[in-house]
Amino acid sequence: MQLSIIGRYLRPPFQIAPPLFQSCVAAGFPSPAQDYIERTLDLNELCIQHPAATYFVRAEGSSMLQVGIFSGDILVVDRALKPSHGDIVIACIDGEFTVKELCTRPAMKLVAHNPAYPPISIDEGMTLELFGVVTTVIHSLSRR
Amino acid sequence: MPTSPLYALVDCNNFYASCERLFRPDLKDRPIVVLSNNDGCIVARSAEAKKLNIKMAVPLHQVQEIIDRENIAVFSSNYALYGDISARVMTILEQEAPSIEVYSIDEAFLDLSGLSTHHSLTDYGIRIRRRVQQDSGIQVCVGIAPTKTLAKLANHGAKQYPATQGVVDLSDRQRQRRLLKLLPVREVWGVGRRIAQRLQLQGINTALELADCDPAWIRNHYSVTLERTVRELNGLSCLEFDQQPPPRQQILCSRSFSKRITRYQDMHSAITQYCARAAEKLREQDGLARLVSVFIRTNPHSQSDPFYSNNACRLLPVPSADSRLLCQTALQLLKTLWKPDYRYMKAGIVLSDLYQPGCFQPTLFDHTESVSAKRLMQTMDLINNSGRGQLRFAGEMLGSGWQMQRNHLSPAYTTRWDQLPIARI
Repeated sequence: MQLSIIGRYLRPPFQIAPPLFQSCVAAGFPSPAQDYIERTLDLNELCIQHPAATYFVRAEGSSMLQVGIFSGDILVVDRALKPSHGDIVIACIDGEFTVKELCTRPAMKLVAHNPAYPPISIDEGMTLELFGVVTTVIHSLSRR
Repeated sequence: MPTSPLYALVDCNNFYASCERLFRPDLKDRPIVVLSNNDGCIVARSAEAKKLNIKMAVPLHQVQEIIDRENIAVFSSNYALYGDISARVMTILEQEAPSIEVYSIDEAFLDLSGLSTHHSLTDYGIRIRRRVQQDSGIQVCVGIAPTKTLAKLANHGAKQYPATQGVVDLSDRQRQRRLLKLLPVREVWGVGRRIAQRLQLQGINTALELADCDPAWIRNHYSVTLERTVRELNGLSCLEFDQQPPPRQQILCSRSFSKRITRYQDMHSAITQYCARAAEKLREQDGLARLVSVFIRTNPHSQSDPFYSNNACRLLPVPSADSRLLCQTALQLLKTLWKPDYRYMKAGIVLSDLYQPGCFQPTLFDHTESVSAKRLMQTMDLINNSGRGQLRFAGEMLGSGWQMQRNHLSPAYTTRWDQLPIARI
C-alpha cells in the first residue's frame, strides 16, 4: 500500500471557527423556471411496488431469452404479489432458485422457454415453493 | 372514553438461521447454527439444530463432532443481512399496526389499544403472521395481551405450542391464568436467573404463583421492578409504550481479537478502528460525546500468561463527534495504558457523557465543532454507507492478523450488487 501526505491536520482546539452565514443572499433576477421545478424521477418508484417485499436476484443461463431475460440480468422480485397464470416466477427446485413461467391451467406446471428444458408439472400432493414474482428485468446494454 | 391498553409482541422464529436459509433453498431441512464474532460460540440455531440438543453459547470446537456427523450448516454472523431483513419485517409491521416499538433486531411491540373489538384478535395475529411470512420470507409468532409482560408470555406460548399456529390471544383473564400456570417463573420477562432461583427457594415456581404474590411484599423483598412485573402479570399495564427507542447513554465498541496482540502497532490499529466505528455510531444517533474511555486486557482465565487489565479516560473540553479528535484522544490514552510483553486478548472504547447538538453550554473561549469538520464527517459517512468504497484512517491499517475471523460468512445478498442471490434460467 502506498501512502502520500496530502496535507497537515490541524488539531481543532487551536483553530478558531469563523462565523458562517448559512443562508444565501439573493442578488439578481430570480429564475423564471423556479415555479415549475418538480422532483426528479426515481426508478425505484417505477420498478418497486412493495419495497419491504422486494428482493433483487441475478439471472444466470439462457433458457428465458424469449421472454427477454438474459444471463447476468438483475431481476426485481416481489414477494407480496400473489402468483398467477403467466407470471414469471422464482421457484425453488432441487434446492436451487430457478426462473420459470407459472402456468396454472389447464394443469399446474412450470415452463422454461427453451425446448431443452421440459416443463415441470406440479401434481397434486406436491408443494410448489415459490420465492416470488419477477416484475421487472434490469438489462444493461453496456457490459463495462 | 379512554381505551384499555392492548399490546402484541411479534417475534421472529430463529431469526439469524431463518435469514441464512431464505436465500439457500438447499438448506430447507438442514440444521443451521450461527456463530458469534470471531466464530467463537454458537449464538443462534435453527429448529432442527435445537432438536439435536445443540446449546446456546457453546464454543464451536465443543460441538464440532456433532456438526460433522449431522451435516449441520455453519455460518459466521452476517449482520448486514440480518439488519436488512429486520428492517423489512419492521416496515411491514408499521403498515399493519397503529404504532410499533422496535424492541430488538427480531422483535417488536405493537400498540393495539383502541383496535376495534369487532374483529377477532386471533384473526388479526394470523393476518400479521401471514403477511410477514409472505412478504419478507421470515416466520414470526404473535402474542397479544393487555400488558407487555403478558404479551411476552403469550408469544412464548405461541412458540412453544404448535397447536396455537403461532398466535396466542391472552386478552381473556381465564386464559392468562391457564398459561401462567404452565410456565416456569424464569420464563417471565424481567425475571433473571438469580431472581428466579431466589423465588424458587421461597416456593414460587410458576408464573402464576408469582402473579398471585402480594405486590407490596415483592417490593419489600425484591424490587420495584419486580413489583411492576407482578402487576403486569395481573393485567395492569405498568410498562410504557416507547415508540422511539431512547438514544443510547453510552456507545461501546469492543471485541476480542482472533489472535492475541503483542505488538503496539496492532493495538494502535485495533483502537483506531474501534474508535472510528464508535464515532460512526455516535453520529448515527446525532450525538456528541465528551468522555472518551479506553480499556485493554489480557486473558483473565489463562494459566500461563500474566494478567493485566487497565483503563483510562479523558474529558474533552467540548463534546465532539469528530472521528479525528476522538481517535487522537483514544490513542493518547492507549499510550498511557500500554505495557509491552503482555499477550492482549481484548480492547475496547466507550464514548459517554453524550449530548444532543446545541445542548452543551460552552464557555466563551471554548472552541465548538466547526462546520467544515461536521461536513467532513458527513461526507465520510456517506461514502462508507454507499457500499462502493471505504474511507479509513491510516492508523487502522498499521497492524494486521487480529481482525475479526469470519470464515463461514454468507454473501451480503440484499446489500451488495455483486453478491445477489443467483437464479438459474
